[in-house]
Amino acid sequence: MSQPRSDAARLEMRDIRKAFGAQIALGGVSLKIQAGEVHALVGENGAGKSTLMKILSGAYQPDSGTMFVDGQPYAPANPADGRQRGVGMIYQELSIAPHLSVAENIWLGIEPQKGLVLDRAKMRAEAQATLTGLGHGAIDVDQPAGQLSVSHQQIVEIARALSMGCKIIVFDEPTSSLAQADVQRLFDLIDQLSRRGLAIIYISHFLEEVRRLSSRLTILRDGQSVACHVTSSITDDAIVAEMVGREVKDLYPRSERKLGEVLLEATIPSRGTLTLRRGEVVGLCGLVGAGRTEFLRAVFGLEENLSQKITIAGHTQLAEPRNNWLHRMGLVSENRKEEGLALELSIADNVCLPALKKVAKLGFVSPATCEAHTAEWIEKFGIRCQGPNQAIGRLSGGNQQKAAIARLLEADCDILLLDEPTRGIDIAAKAKIYEIIDQLVADPIRPRAVLMVSSYLPELLGVCDRIAAVRRGQVGEATPVAQTNSEKLMRAATGV
Amino acid sequence: MKTTTSFTAKALNALGPLLALILIWGLFYSFGNQAIGSSEGIESIVQQTVVIGIGAIGMTFIIISAGIDLSIGSAIALCSVIGAKLAVSDNSPAIVTLVTLLAGAAIGLAIGLLVVRAKLIPFITTLGTLLILRGIALGLAHSQPINAQEANWLRFWLNSLPENMRWLIIPPGGWLMIILAALAAGVLRFTVFGRHVFAVGSNEQTARLCGVAVDRIKLYVYMIGGAFAALSGLMLVSYQGQGDPTGATGYELDIIAAVVIGGASLSGGVGSVFGSLIGALIMTVIRTGCTLNGIDESTTRIITGTIIVAAVAIDRLRRKAA
Repeated sequence: MSQPRSDAARLEMRDIRKAFGAQIALGGVSLKIQAGEVHALVGENGAGKSTLMKILSGAYQPDSGTMFVDGQPYAPANPADGRQRGVGMIYQELSIAPHLSVAENIWLGIEPQKGLVLDRAKMRAEAQATLTGLGHGAIDVDQPAGQLSVSHQQIVEIARALSMGCKIIVFDEPTSSLAQADVQRLFDLIDQLSRRGLAIIYISHFLEEVRRLSSRLTILRDGQSVACHVTSSITDDAIVAEMVGREVKDLYPRSERKLGEVLLEATIPSRGTLTLRRGEVVGLCGLVGAGRTEFLRAVFGLEENLSQKITIAGHTQLAEPRNNWLHRMGLVSENRKEEGLALELSIADNVCLPALKKVAKLGFVSPATCEAHTAEWIEKFGIRCQGPNQAIGRLSGGNQQKAAIARLLEADCDILLLDEPTRGIDIAAKAKIYEIIDQLVADPIRPRAVLMVSSYLPELLGVCDRIAAVRRGQVGEATPVAQTNSEKLMRAATGV
Repeated sequence: MKTTTSFTAKALNALGPLLALILIWGLFYSFGNQAIGSSEGIESIVQQTVVIGIGAIGMTFIIISAGIDLSIGSAIALCSVIGAKLAVSDNSPAIVTLVTLLAGAAIGLAIGLLVVRAKLIPFITTLGTLLILRGIALGLAHSQPINAQEANWLRFWLNSLPENMRWLIIPPGGWLMIILAALAAGVLRFTVFGRHVFAVGSNEQTARLCGVAVDRIKLYVYMIGGAFAALSGLMLVSYQGQGDPTGATGYELDIIAAVVIGGASLSGGVGSVFGSLIGALIMTVIRTGCTLNGIDESTTRIITGTIIVAAVAIDRLRRKAA
């Protein structure tokens, strides 16, 4: 690794500007990162983080502005060029070739050759050495990468960046698909990389991760770099305020809630029992893989092996999506892209899908009615879009999620099952979703009931009335929030 | 920000294939034999389009639902044999039509059950039924074409128009195709069933989550495909005057190409019935144009293939830009 000139930052981006047509994505962003530093980049979705990183990687060219790596001008023509000049990216969605071996993945694009043939011995040996250096020598370099766990695939990507001699590594939401223990291991690895003198840019929506890892952080808002702070000298509230550009008074609003009749009773054999009353939010917490989502899906009849009878508003029936919707129970999937939404279809098509049977007359539906209904939800939830006919895949995650919740209300649901309703969405959209949940359960005329799964304890403690911990598939007793706290819940979830 | 409303975007999407059709026809008309614009030329184009076009209406349902039916050519041939056999044994037109359509729907039901119940991949399943149905057609007809020249009511649909019916402009089969396409487009857009077909094709898991009876929708879709294949078979008898167990070979490719040229996506969720008809017309116009201008068979095929690839490539670019 070349030594940086003592006076130069490892990476400097100066007054970067980029516009797409009339839309200004970046209006002069500057960023300076020293060798050995972990620098966090925070901001809402759409603040310009990904555009900035795409310029850094070489995927986009800036309209103006300059970049320097170790004091040398840096203007990558494309991502391959960027990587060769020392900038590696680890994206949220991993770019592993699943059928190739670990060694082949690590060397992808820079395969060493002996004459005309691959130098396999070198590939294997150096891949092994790199992995060992990362503390993961146990990963078999001959195994197809697709067979590895997600966390190990991530290690392979990091190894790939190191093999290319990267001096700057960007982590874009790297923990979103990792289990808690793997997250810890990743953090240790990032610490280790920074000690080796690499500059790390860390992008995350989770402020506690930012706190754990970074020494300094830069806040982006509306394509501007608002401020650069030493992480230890700024409070979470101040960060959020600078991110959204205003004071967020109460992230978790809590109107007066009145408990009503029991709406849902579900017993899943060998998993546990849960009751849900009108006017309350019940949360399920637990470790990833503990069976929270499984329980929720079993209640909705989406787990074939756990299909069960449930009681909705005193009416016992087989848990099955079609029945559930008829009895006013709907589910928002944790997986928006694969299960939650039909991405090519319009917002209106997505929102109205379960309600079609109800609005139809003799099997006919009028697209105009559906669009009009959807327009109301767009207005009510502040969904940013061009109109009800826009393909839902074009919206941001937060707006997609609002539409996914609107679907339940369009189908007139009383019982809302929400699986990780704020995963991967920005803080403003999160605040809006907390507000929506609160208004639904506190509705004076028709309070709804919400059962939600979340990996984020502060959110559950903020939103819920009762919380049950799920451990090894077992759903525990739901405790009122007043009688619990994150420590007690963690104990219940881990069984300590 | 993008200012085009999605309505104009949609209109443009539908117009794309239509513009291509007019352009291709215009090229043949301007630089080649103008017979392509004569009433005989147009009649001949329609006659050839109807068999493919009616099959393509059913295939549009299947492709929108993210399925595929490679055996539709064999199904058309089998139904043409069934229809011709029934017609020559003096059954009433209503019986012939009804029984043939039921046979087609039954074929679709069988394919649908294999896909839904046995959970087989449609591509492989229908590769198998392609052979099976062809075999049944050959067996049923003892490998001989069944002459149905005498069934005048059947011939009527795609025969040349007699002088006193010139006001129809195109043979009645053409009008039948247009009416059915309008009905099918209406079903896809304005019924719960139609919206469910799009939902299943766009994302099956979402559809299931939202309480759509995914399996039933798929069964219906293949049955509709089969019924349209049967009607297409009857039109083939009408056009050729016989039920030919070796006929309609390779039609599955023409039909699928027509649907895709018309804007459908093979991964489902996207497609339009009128687009598919225009796709079918584009293919026939090229064929007729080439014949009229004495372009040999090998060149015709190369041109047709190139147009299919170009249409899909242009469509991809347009989608990216949208």
